[in-house]
Amino acid sequence: MRIELQKRANTSTLFSILSPLLALALTLVAGAIMFGLLGKSPLGALYIYFVEPLLDVWSLHELAIKAAPLILIAVGLSICFRSNNWNIGAEGQFTIGAITGSILPVLNPEWHSPLILPLMLVMGMIGGALYAGIPALLKTRFNTNEILTSLMLVYIAQLFLDWLVRGPWRDPQGYNFPQTKSFQPEAVLPEILDSGRAHLGIIFALIAAVALWFMMRFMLKGFQVSVLGQSERAGRFAGFSARRMVWFSMLLSGALAGLAGISEVSGSIGHVQPVISPGYGFTAIIVAFLGRLNPLGIIASGFVLALTYLGGEAAQLSLSISDKVSRVFQGLILFFVLSCDTLIHYRIRLIFNPSTAQEGKR
Amino acid sequence: MTFEGVEASPLLSVRGLSKLFGSFAACDAIDLDIGHGEIHALLGENGAGKSTLVKMLFGVLQPTAGTISWEGRPVVIPSPGEARRLGVGMVFQHFSLFEALTVAENIALSLDPRTPLAKIAEETATVSKAYGLPLDPSAHVADLSVGERQRIEIIRALLQNPKLIILDEPTSVLTPQEAERLFETLMRLKAEGRSVLYISHRLEEVQRICDRATVLRHGKVTGDCDPRKETPASLARMMVGTEVAEVQRADAGAFGDVLVEVAKVSVAPRTPFAVSLKDISLKVRAGEVLAIAGVAGNGQSELFDALSGEYPISDDDGIRLRGKPVGRLRINGRRLLGAGFVPEERHGHAAVSALSLSDNLLLARSRSDKKAFLAGGPLSILRRDAILSASRRICSIMDVRKSGDDPAAGSLSGGNLQKFIVGRELDRQPSVLVVNQPTWGVDAGAASRIRQALVDLAKAGSAVIVISQDLDEIFEIATTIAVISDGKLSDPYPAGELTLEQIGLLMGGIHERHSGVETAHAH
Repeated sequence: MRIELQKRANTSTLFSILSPLLALALTLVAGAIMFGLLGKSPLGALYIYFVEPLLDVWSLHELAIKAAPLILIAVGLSICFRSNNWNIGAEGQFTIGAITGSILPVLNPEWHSPLILPLMLVMGMIGGALYAGIPALLKTRFNTNEILTSLMLVYIAQLFLDWLVRGPWRDPQGYNFPQTKSFQPEAVLPEILDSGRAHLGIIFALIAAVALWFMMRFMLKGFQVSVLGQSERAGRFAGFSARRMVWFSMLLSGALAGLAGISEVSGSIGHVQPVISPGYGFTAIIVAFLGRLNPLGIIASGFVLALTYLGGEAAQLSLSISDKVSRVFQGLILFFVLSCDTLIHYRIRLIFNPSTAQEGKR
Repeated sequence: MTFEGVEASPLLSVRGLSKLFGSFAACDAIDLDIGHGEIHALLGENGAGKSTLVKMLFGVLQPTAGTISWEGRPVVIPSPGEARRLGVGMVFQHFSLFEALTVAENIALSLDPRTPLAKIAEETATVSKAYGLPLDPSAHVADLSVGERQRIEIIRALLQNPKLIILDEPTSVLTPQEAERLFETLMRLKAEGRSVLYISHRLEEVQRICDRATVLRHGKVTGDCDPRKETPASLARMMVGTEVAEVQRADAGAFGDVLVEVAKVSVAPRTPFAVSLKDISLKVRAGEVLAIAGVAGNGQSELFDALSGEYPISDDDGIRLRGKPVGRLRINGRRLLGAGFVPEERHGHAAVSALSLSDNLLLARSRSDKKAFLAGGPLSILRRDAILSASRRICSIMDVRKSGDDPAAGSLSGGNLQKFIVGRELDRQPSVLVVNQPTWGVDAGAASRIRQALVDLAKAGSAVIVISQDLDEIFEIATTIAVISDGKLSDPYPAGELTLEQIGLLMGGIHERHSGVETAHAH
C-alpha cells in the first residue's frame, strides 16, 4: 500500500472551508498529547486552556481586546499577501504607529480637547503607513526583498521605542520606571460596554474587515490585487501597475497596523512602555492564513488566536506551566493550517495494488 | 492479457490504458503498438489526451486502468527514472534548460551526479557528431537558438541509450531547414533500430517521416493507419471528427489608411537574455494582415511588448496608432485608441488561470469598457452581471467549449482558452489588432476558427499584425509578410511573392552566426 497525493482538477471548495477546522482539530489533538507529556490531564488542561476563558463576561472582554489588533493587522496583511507583497514587519509598523500616535498625549499632557483622540488615531495610522513605506520604497526603487527589509525594521522600531521610554519620553515622576505619563482621559480610547475593558479597537477591526471584504469582492481595486498577486505579467497586460500595488498594499497594511498600535496603547495600556505587544504583528500572519486571507474569515481566526493568548495566561495561572505554551499552540495551528491546505489542491489516495506490490518486491 | 513470443512482440504495447481525472477520462481505453525501428506518429487536437498518454508512458502519471507491455513483458512505470531505466527517452515540447549554464552542464544535471563534466562534454560532442546534431558543449544555453536548444534535449535523451524516444511537437519551434536536419537524425535513429514516438499537429511531416500513426480524439483512439496511405484531409478528419474549414483569405489590393506605423524603433534589451530591437519600421493599412515570421526568440516578444505598450518606448513618435503618436502611452491608453492585443503566453499573461472567464474578460477591458463594466464612479464597483453576459456572448460567438457557466480559465483546453482570448478582443471590434502566436499549441479546429476571425476582422477594415512561427498559418492569412531575425525586421513582401524556402532563408539568413555553425558541420 502506498499513499499518493493526486492533484485535483479544480480546487476543492469543501476543503477550503474544512481545512482550517481540520487544522484546529489536529491542533487540539497535538495539544492534548503535549499536556499529557507535561504530566497534566490532557482534557482538563484543554478545558482550562480553550473553554474556561469563554465562560466569564470579563474574559470575553479580554478576548475582544486581544482579537482587535490581530484582526486589524491581519486584514491589512491579507491584502499584502494576496497581492504577493510579503510584509512580515507588521510588528514594527504596530510599534511605530503606537509611538507616533502617542506624540500628542506624551508631549501635551495638559491638552484636554475632544480633538486629541481622532488626531492620535490618524497620526498612528500615518506613522505605521510611513514605516511600511520604507520597504515599499526599497522594493520599488532597488528591487530589494520586502520580507527581509520589513522584518529587520521590526527590531529597529522596538529598540527605538525602548530608547524613547527610557530616555526622552520617561515620566519624570515615574520613580524611574521606563514608561511615559499615563494619558489624559481625553486621549484614552473609550470602552464599549460597562461590563468590561473592551474598547473601540474591536469596532475598528470589524469595520476594517468588512470594508476590505467589500473591496476585495466588489471593487476593481480588489480585482487588481488578486490579478497582480497571481501574475504580475497578466497585471501588466491589464494595465495595472505592480509598483503602485506595492505602495497601496504596504501603506494600507502599515496604516492598519499603526491603528492597531495606537489603539492598543491608548485603549488597553494607557501609557507607553518598552513592551506593548505580545507579538501581535507576527501572530497576525497566522491569523491571516488561518482566515484564508479572506477578511471575514480573519474575524473568526482572530478570535481563535486571541484565545491562545488568553488560554496561555490561564494555563500559567491554573496549571503552572509557562505561557510559552501559547506560542506552541500558535505554531501548531500555522503548521496544521499549511499542511491541511494541501487537501484543497490535492486528494489523498490510498493505493492497494497487488501488481504494484509484486513489482516492488521484484 | 495475452503474451506473444518475444521475437514477434512489439517494443511497446499498450492495452486498454485509461486515465481518469475525477470523472473525466483524459485517456479512455487506448491501444497502441510501437514496433522496433518504427517512427510512430501520435496525432490529435489539444486536449485529445496525447500528453496524458505520453506522461503515463514516461512514468509521470499512473494509469487508472490498462496495461503497458515493454518487449512483451507487462511493466509498471512508477517514475521517469524507471522509464529511463527501461529505455524510454523523452524530449518535451517546452525545454527544461538553465539558460545561464553551458550545454554540458545542462546535460550533466540529468545524469549520474558522479560522472565528471569533462567526460560528459566529450560524450556530448561524440553523440552530437554521430547523429548530425552539431552542438558546442561549452556554449551557454542563452546564446543558442531554439533549434540548438532542442538538440540538447535530444542528446540528453540519447546519452541514456534509449530504445524508444518520445518527441513532443518537435518541429513547432524550428525553421524549415532546422526541421529538415531533425528528420535526418530521426531516420538515423530508425536505422539503428530505435523507435520514435512522434507527437505532432503537422500532417505533412507525419506523412513524410512516420511509418504508422495513431490518432486520438477526446481520449479515444479514432484511427490507426499508415499515414502515407492517407491524405491530409482524411487524417484531419480523424483528428477533428469533421472536415476542417478552410480559411477564406482577404483580397490583397484595396487597402485603406495607415492605421499602425512604426518608424525606426530600437529598444535595448530589458533583461540579460532578451533580444534588442534594431531599427524596426513597419506600416499596416486598414484591411491588411501583416504577418511577422521568424524563429522564436528573435525579438518577437520584445516587439509585441513595444507595440502593446506593456513596456512603452522612449520615442513617442516611434509608434503611431491611427496617426497619433503613442510610443510613450501605456497599454490601456492604446486600447482606448481602438487597439486590441493578444499575447503569446495564455497562462499568466493573456489570462490568469485561477480566475474565471468573466474575470479574465475584465482583465483586458477594465479601462476600455469602463462604462459598461464598472459602476459607482471612483469606487469602481464591478458590474458582475454585465461582465458575465459579455463573457457568455463571447463564448457563444467563438464556440468556446467549457464546463459550467463561468469556469476558471485554467480548466479550459488551450484551443478553447485561446478562442476566448481572441474573442475578448474581437468583441470590441478593434481597429488595430496585434496578435503574438495566435494558434501556438492550439488544435486544428480552433486554429482554423481563430485564423478566419483574424481575416474577417481585416476584411471589415481593421489593421491586423500577426506574429507567428507557423509558416502554414502565415501563408493562410497574411496579405503582407515580413520576417524578424535577431531583432531586425525585413522589408515587407506581398504574400504571393514569397515561397516557403525564401522565408526560411530570411529567417536564418540574417542570422549569420547560427547559419555559419550549421554549414560548418554539414556533411
